[in-house]
Amino acid sequence: MSADSSPAPAPSLGTDRVKRGMAEMLKGGVIMDVVDAEQAKIAEDAGAVAVMALERVPADIRRDGGVARMSDPDMIDGIQAAVSIPVMAKARIGHFVEAQVLQAIGVDYVDESEVLTPADYAHHIDKRAFTVPFVCGATNLGEALRRIAEGAAMIRSKGEAGTGDVSQATTHIRTILGEIKRLTVMDETELFEAAKLMSAPVDLVRETASLGRLPVVLFTAGGVATPADAAMMMQLGADGVFIGSGIFKSGDPARRARACVEATAYFQDAERIAKVSRGLGEAMVGISADSLGAGELLATRGW
Amino acid sequence: MLALQGDVREHVRSLTAVGARASAVRRAADLDDVDGLVLPGGESTTISRLLEVFELLEPLRTHVAEGLPVYGSCAGMVLLADEVLDGRPDQQGVGGLDVVVRRNAFGRQVDSFETDLPFAGVGDVHAVFIRAPWVETTGERAEVLARVPDSGGRAAGRVVAVRQGRVLATSFHPELTGDDRVHGLFVDMVKGASS
Repeated sequence: MSADSSPAPAPSLGTDRVKRGMAEMLKGGVIMDVVDAEQAKIAEDAGAVAVMALERVPADIRRDGGVARMSDPDMIDGIQAAVSIPVMAKARIGHFVEAQVLQAIGVDYVDESEVLTPADYAHHIDKRAFTVPFVCGATNLGEALRRIAEGAAMIRSKGEAGTGDVSQATTHIRTILGEIKRLTVMDETELFEAAKLMSAPVDLVRETASLGRLPVVLFTAGGVATPADAAMMMQLGADGVFIGSGIFKSGDPARRARACVEATAYFQDAERIAKVSRGLGEAMVGISADSLGAGELLATRGW
Repeated sequence: MLALQGDVREHVRSLTAVGARASAVRRAADLDDVDGLVLPGGESTTISRLLEVFELLEPLRTHVAEGLPVYGSCAGMVLLADEVLDGRPDQQGVGGLDVVVRRNAFGRQVDSFETDLPFAGVGDVHAVFIRAPWVETTGERAEVLARVPDSGGRAAGRVVAVRQGRVLATSFHPELTGDDRVHGLFVDMVKGASS
């Protein structure tokens, strides 16, 4: 957020401030993957700050294989009609027409997501060309800053979606925040070198160093399955949490959704986390990210 | 500063900039330690549910009814309205403002915008609207402080800032602009209430 308050004569849409500001309003909250209106209602009832509309949760995409694409607009419409909270939807990496379609049907945020099969193995979407804001995944600071340079208004650490294994989410949020910490003690010459090594614009590197955080909101994603997982991400320094397969692949989604919302809000209160963790039923079965072959990892998609 | 969910950090920065000391309110007992309270921007449905779960709703209603100065931006305005349109039927508010507020009145995120508008007692401010509510009807006890200017298309003339005694609310987010005069107005209200 810059402190620039220069007057605009007429209302301006789709400015950086409006796009990034939208994500600021989601902080301290949980964004849940949903595949139909019924799940969206459960998420809203539980206190989710937004829902991510998609055809299959990542665990099913992983199981079914094949090409994963943007959802049917009818299905997204159904979810928009069912809830009053923001509705996000995923476009394939580099698929700018899927993003145009999502903007046309009025989704509140587009996730240019590695969970879907990439449409372009060299380029990401030019997100500055859109009114709708974008969230993008990142595994390290350089990747996050490249996405922001392309116009992303929110970043989520990638983790490894559809596994229920939080280890990769931990690695990625620690990596991003650790790299930011190191920037804050660098002098001007070192910042230039850091920008070069990260293939990131030096202006964004300087801004991040002086803020001591990303210039946009940073959520975490990919493997969060329990209230304790969510609270751990918050204690590590995330602004909020995406939960994909973890809610609706578990035994009692409504209850688990509520528990994750409460653990995210009161992430420093172990007694409350203990209370909401009781009797939640089965968590999603999960796959250890360690057992996946290189070709099965989603986090390596994005360039 | 109600710190359950939303853009708490930005409000804390603004409050600090105008000389207030900001602390986090997360439980009922914290309310006894503050001279005024800010309800941040965020998701009003989420904040409303967390207020209930953590047994803050009733104590908050009591404090506001007893005269605790309170300022709400965006979701905060929705929570302070006595009546909400297009909310969830079971959505619980704090109340205290004699107005009817329409949630997400300007449309979806692609319709979010920023513009300049005159704010009574403050001057021209740069206002950032994000999936914002507006005040549909204003009761007798509430005073209108700002409206969408004529350049605002179909929303022109809509009421976007109101005050009623010690309760202040804006549809927009002064905390995102670096212009802290609206927070200054609120801090003056708090000082006036405690003197």
